[in-house]
Amino acid sequence: MALVEIDHVTKRYDHLEVISDFSLDIEEHEVICLIGPSGCGKSTLLRCVNRLEEISSGEIRIHGDRITGPGVDLDRLRRDIGIVFQGYNLFPHMTVLENTILAPTKVLGMSRREAEEKAMAFLERIALTHKANDYPDRLSGGQQQRVAIVRALMMEPMLLLLDEITSALDPELVSEVLDIVRDLAAGGMTMILATHEMGFAREVADRICFLQAGKVYEQGPPADILGNPQGERTQAFLRSLRKAGRL
Amino acid sequence: MTDHIILVSQDEAGRAAEWRARRSTKTYRGRASFTLMLSALTCLVVAASAQHIGSYAVSQGVSPVAASLPGMIAALVAALVLVMAASAFLKSLAAGRQEDVHTARLLGDEASTRSWKALAWTGALLIVTAGAWFMVVNDAAVSRTFFDLVLIRDSAGKVLRAFGTNILIFSVSAVLILVWALVIALARTLPGAAGRPLRVLAIAYGDLFRGLPAIITIYLIGFGLPLTNLPFLSDLSSTSYAIIALTLTYGAYTSEIYRAGIEGVHHSQVAAARSLGLSHVKTMRYVVVPLAVRNIIPPLMNNCISLQKDTALVAIIGAIDAFNQAKIIAANNFNLSAVTTVAILFIAVTIPQARIVDKLSERDRRRMRAGG
Repeated sequence: MALVEIDHVTKRYDHLEVISDFSLDIEEHEVICLIGPSGCGKSTLLRCVNRLEEISSGEIRIHGDRITGPGVDLDRLRRDIGIVFQGYNLFPHMTVLENTILAPTKVLGMSRREAEEKAMAFLERIALTHKANDYPDRLSGGQQQRVAIVRALMMEPMLLLLDEITSALDPELVSEVLDIVRDLAAGGMTMILATHEMGFAREVADRICFLQAGKVYEQGPPADILGNPQGERTQAFLRSLRKAGRL
Repeated sequence: MTDHIILVSQDEAGRAAEWRARRSTKTYRGRASFTLMLSALTCLVVAASAQHIGSYAVSQGVSPVAASLPGMIAALVAALVLVMAASAFLKSLAAGRQEDVHTARLLGDEASTRSWKALAWTGALLIVTAGAWFMVVNDAAVSRTFFDLVLIRDSAGKVLRAFGTNILIFSVSAVLILVWALVIALARTLPGAAGRPLRVLAIAYGDLFRGLPAIITIYLIGFGLPLTNLPFLSDLSSTSYAIIALTLTYGAYTSEIYRAGIEGVHHSQVAAARSLGLSHVKTMRYVVVPLAVRNIIPPLMNNCISLQKDTALVAIIGAIDAFNQAKIIAANNFNLSAVTTVAILFIAVTIPQARIVDKLSERDRRRMRAGG
């Protein structure tokens, strides 16, 4: 059984249909990249999976258990699904360390000492122990995003949603963030990435989905989608990326 | 050719010549001469006023040094301003004579800046002089009524002791308000359909007490509660009624400030907290309220200043605060100088806080510009 089953999901804002009749299964340990023009519904879809957005119809299941509709313990659900945002969203009034231990201590009831040890181990992996007691505004974008990833990993999620996590970064800072994602993929983390980094998607993804107007327009292994796209829209999208020097 | 967005003219030489031909120098002659005349006039007015007011003060028994010192300072300032205006005028003349266009522009710029400075000082001097005249006309009626130094000195002790009541009312109600207003603001921001009854109640409370003038709330509570014969509530001191009334009134205002702060926290912060599994309450407790409070410290302090001043309103229910005490003294002496003492006390207490608020706001603006 797939880890995540997105089953005929539709999401409407008033009359605007952002996601329409969307279906996708994600297997355990799979890395899926969602690509497509802006406004195609990538981010909205991610936010529906941890229910930061409510879907209008359809169903999403995790391990076969329905997580949409009323009566689902959202706080419990979100403990197990990590999300990293485009704009980092670190808490500006907390230090790096405080950002990372907030949820483990206040949600999981972990002791402060235990949480700090765990956080410091993570920070060591991303070479940021020296920033542990700094506030986020003292960090570069790349450093902030790495901390945001650690903050999500502290909850030991079974699924990680990455929402265009390098889009707000200066080009030279992108690789330090992608290195961590690469490491996570190698470690078997199940991930759904909305991304514009085609080179990275080709390298790390098991499957690429090209989204168009809230639907999966074309999907397959990276080599097929990026190297030999079948759909007309996919071809046009990749052509414009190539012209802009982004592929 | 038609496929360019814009086709730049090939006539580069003509355009350059046109640009250079427009080079000219502004000398600000008009502004400099007007300033010179006005400051000369001001110098005369200030000197004459200083002479007249000073000799009047001496005739009223003020010591010659104390009487003439302010006038001398004012006259000295006026003379310096005249010098400034003159130098601006000279710079303007020099700018007109100067051949080199860059030096001329420099001189013109200095002439302009100095003229504005001299004008500003002139304006200030004239206003201060007018104020001084206001104090001494009609046989110094204004000074005698408001600034009877002897009466101020004699009443200061009594008024100062009564001011303790104001400070007590202020400090207790400030603490109560901070807590009470946060409760109201949190009730107003309760989510969902289940939160509606409390939300509506909080809105009703806010509308009611922001609409009621503080003085009426104080009056109703101060005179009303004792008439109810309720246990405990009907036999409190007037100071306690004042604290209750001010807490109710300012709680409504302050809850709006809190709410603005809470709603001003970016929704991405809430999304980040909720996505980590924090409940609504924990998100409020650890993320939203701490961030909100940081953003509203300047308006909170403004409210605080306002509250301190409004402690004077409790005089209406007979609490012996500084204002009431001063009114009694004023009535006995048929002179308002004791009330001036109260005014001075309030100003002395609130000015430092106003400066702190300005500093905090300025710091916030800088941080915002820095993109923090």
